[in-house]
Amino acid sequence: MTTRVGIVRFPGSCDERDAAYAVGLVGGEPQLLWHGDADLAGVDAVIVPGGFAYGDYLRAGALARFAPIMGAVAAFAGDGGPVLGICNGFQVLCEAGLLPGALTRNANLRFVHRWLPVRVEAHTPWSAGVQPGSVLSLPVKHGEGRYVHPQPHRLVEAGQVWLCYAQPDGSLDAAANPNGSTAAIAGVTNAAGNVTGLMPHPEHAVDPLLGGTDGPALLAPAAAATAPAG
Amino acid sequence: MTANAAARGTPQPAPAPEKLAGELGLTPTEHQRIVDTLGRVPSVAELGAYSVMWSEHASYKTSKAHLARLPGEGPAVLVGPGENAGVVDVGDGLAVAFKIESHNHPSYVEPFQGAATGVGGIIRDVLTMGARPIAILDALRFGDPAAPATRRVADGVVCGIGGYGNAIGVPTVGGEVDVDACYDRNPLVNALCVGAMGRERLQLARAERPGDVAVLIGQPTGRDGIGGASVLASASFGGADTSKRPNVQVGDPFAGNQLIEACLQLFARGLTAGMQDMGAAGIACSTAELAAAGGLGMRVDLDRVPLREPSMAAWEILCSESQERMLALAHPAQLDELLAVCRRWEVAATPIGEVTDGDRLVFTHGGEVVVDVPAASMTDDGPVYQRPIDAWIHPRAGEDVDAADGAGAGAEAGQAGAPMASADLAAEWAELLSHPRVADPTWIAEQYDSAVGSATVAGPGADAAVLRLPGADGMPGATRRGVAITTDSAAQRCALDPAEGARQIVAEAARNVACVGARPVAATNCLNFGDPTRPTVMGAFSATVDGMAEACRALGTPVTGGNVSFYNATGSTDVHPSPVVGVLGVLADVGAVVPSAFRGAGDRVLLVGAPTRPGLAASLWQRVYGELAGSLPPVDLDAEAALHRLLVGLAGDGLLASAHDVADGGLAVALAECALRGGVGVRVTAEAGLSPRQWLFSESPTRVVVSVAPPEIGQVRHAVEAAGLGATELGETVDEPTLSVDGVATLDVHTAGRAWRGGLPAALGGGVS
Repeated sequence: MTTRVGIVRFPGSCDERDAAYAVGLVGGEPQLLWHGDADLAGVDAVIVPGGFAYGDYLRAGALARFAPIMGAVAAFAGDGGPVLGICNGFQVLCEAGLLPGALTRNANLRFVHRWLPVRVEAHTPWSAGVQPGSVLSLPVKHGEGRYVHPQPHRLVEAGQVWLCYAQPDGSLDAAANPNGSTAAIAGVTNAAGNVTGLMPHPEHAVDPLLGGTDGPALLAPAAAATAPAG
Repeated sequence: MTANAAARGTPQPAPAPEKLAGELGLTPTEHQRIVDTLGRVPSVAELGAYSVMWSEHASYKTSKAHLARLPGEGPAVLVGPGENAGVVDVGDGLAVAFKIESHNHPSYVEPFQGAATGVGGIIRDVLTMGARPIAILDALRFGDPAAPATRRVADGVVCGIGGYGNAIGVPTVGGEVDVDACYDRNPLVNALCVGAMGRERLQLARAERPGDVAVLIGQPTGRDGIGGASVLASASFGGADTSKRPNVQVGDPFAGNQLIEACLQLFARGLTAGMQDMGAAGIACSTAELAAAGGLGMRVDLDRVPLREPSMAAWEILCSESQERMLALAHPAQLDELLAVCRRWEVAATPIGEVTDGDRLVFTHGGEVVVDVPAASMTDDGPVYQRPIDAWIHPRAGEDVDAADGAGAGAEAGQAGAPMASADLAAEWAELLSHPRVADPTWIAEQYDSAVGSATVAGPGADAAVLRLPGADGMPGATRRGVAITTDSAAQRCALDPAEGARQIVAEAARNVACVGARPVAATNCLNFGDPTRPTVMGAFSATVDGMAEACRALGTPVTGGNVSFYNATGSTDVHPSPVVGVLGVLADVGAVVPSAFRGAGDRVLLVGAPTRPGLAASLWQRVYGELAGSLPPVDLDAEAALHRLLVGLAGDGLLASAHDVADGGLAVALAECALRGGVGVRVTAEAGLSPRQWLFSESPTRVVVSVAPPEIGQVRHAVEAAGLGATELGETVDEPTLSVDGVATLDVHTAGRAWRGGLPAALGGGVS
């Protein structure tokens, strides 16, 4: 049976249709979830997509975490359900306390949109089948994507660093880091590993016509079939 | 419908009406025209409303007489000039709305908000037609990079476009940039929006039934931007620029995003019976246009308009240009459903009036009638000026700059006739590659989201952006059908010869569209000019319209809409005649898009189209190494049209590895761009019969560089011959890091790439990144 993937639509979301398109392309069934609803309509996985929820005038994601749907997302995450936050969705999940750390303004204070290499650091349900050390080509597009965490080495030790900005050969250096993120971190997971967030956009890398096809590697639950009983 | 609707009486005459009219920018003749129309002295609110409606920006009173000469009809045109945006049938039941508009003056006063609200305004124009906005392009002109304000203005404009476009969720997919001292204190910010829809969703801005309810949707009305369009766009700046600050509108892309989704829901459910966005001249304009277009009247209670400042006077409410507002008409039976949709999207919606029989536009405020005028008198009866015209003659037009190899009077006089060293030509080549006009646009493009919507098949840097059209619900990938869109301009050419310059920019824009494999079908234009009370400016304007009309007819691209901006000047010096044209093309299958980049080593490189002629007048080479002078080699529009058909045919047959227009910087820059984008080298031989400098840098029109896999060469040559055009085999792409023109000039890829990639940040960067 096709996996149903819920995609949360906040006021000001921009990439929800892109996420739905990507989910459909990899074989899942996308379902948009309304911010004002308090349940997830029985979906098998949740994506919190990119955009500018509530305008992000205060601090990216700071208002969205209070939306009624987020209570349901937190409960789903607590039960071990797979949750993925992309860009603004990553910011929302950090603000909601479902992921460690925070996203702040890019070091050069400019919005940045470019394709770049991203190295996979850890196994998560979202990247099942991708070996750590693999380098993927993905686009970033954000003004507030500088990941900060007071003790990044703790995250590394706990295996919670999911993705890093890297050179094409997988090596890490300052030139490969587009926004000044701590330890070049591009994506993290929670301690349990079922909640993940990243600044790059896998949903924009699913169609050869649109620049690349490495995105599906990070959308594994959408492609997975669920048990018929589910 | 309300207690106030019963208000009777005649609006109170304005105190000192002539003086007030003068302050609002109305001439004594225009004031008298209002008195004659009404048969009485107008009220303050009426004077305010007429002043904005009859302003240059809203009424086109100077340009109207000329714009009628542009072709507006064509087989694909569903909606031509006069609506909020042109609409073109692109097949498969799909339609595309598109239009370009200027926001020049606000962008000098407050670059960030000026540019941001320019983007917001054109997005709402396209939305009003029933279309989902799917792409933004920006044609930008800044001052000399050495001028004090240029970097601040450029940075603000780029951040403003990104700040609004990125957050509203519409990708910025292309455009162009150039610099010239004539824009030092008057940048040009022309924003183009493309929207997609099912044909059946087409909305028109027309009141159709008396009794329909007028609903104000979106942001509350405030004092921002009162008279912004009319005042800012209709007068040049003096010294005290900051005094204009309160007239610039402030944008809220979050509200814009919500407004787009709410309006698209209203269209999808058929809940509107007419829609008009509120741009220049706000409520006065949107109500007058809806009523006049339907030959009906409207009655509006200004007390019901949600205000940011309750103390606003009636004329301020009428003329406010607060952003992110629309006026929708709804059948009373559907009103509740319309309001419910808006509530779901958290967009304010307030019934403020109704459509009435007759032709009167009536506004009440505080229980009094404050405006009572024939609606059409505001939209249709404004003054039309036949301003005096004198030929625009550039003092150095006609000089023979080509005979001395570009080194005419004032240009490297010492070098004229001297043999050119290959090293000098290579240095010139690298220098041109770093010019903001042709340099790699990445520094700007990286600050924009060009990907949202999953429609951008070709984005910034392509000859034309290519968008795959979404389905009716906005979902990406619903069809293989696409559109190509580009903007073009060449102010220096237009300054030498406005008519020929206009022909050439249309030819070049359509050529760019054909290069990606799309068939050009329609155009939109933004005519940026100086002070129209100067007869030579009007002469250039008139010649531009004639040249543009001729080229648009010949190339099958009717002008479906656009905008005119006068009074563009730096100090007392008018800007160059600066028409910008956007051309839209159609692709049956976006999978057949032809890139501009060379694909790899081993492909043959051909020059297709017209032969290279001497053409350094107004060229990039002349701009860097000389002074503006000379005669433009004229474009042959029949050959141009044949070239476009050829390119579309070759693309459809899959015979081209790449195609790129030869434009600013000539063949040298075109070849370098193809190679640098493709990450390969190129080795060519210059043709005989032209000096090396002319061969490298001439900008004679109707030429395209294509690369072709060796097995396809025969078929390509055959097609070129059948089209009655020429093809010269220049050389081939190579697996070495070199750009080489045998015996003429050689650049290593590293040097060329550094010049090309570093050009924009060096010229316009603020040193931040």
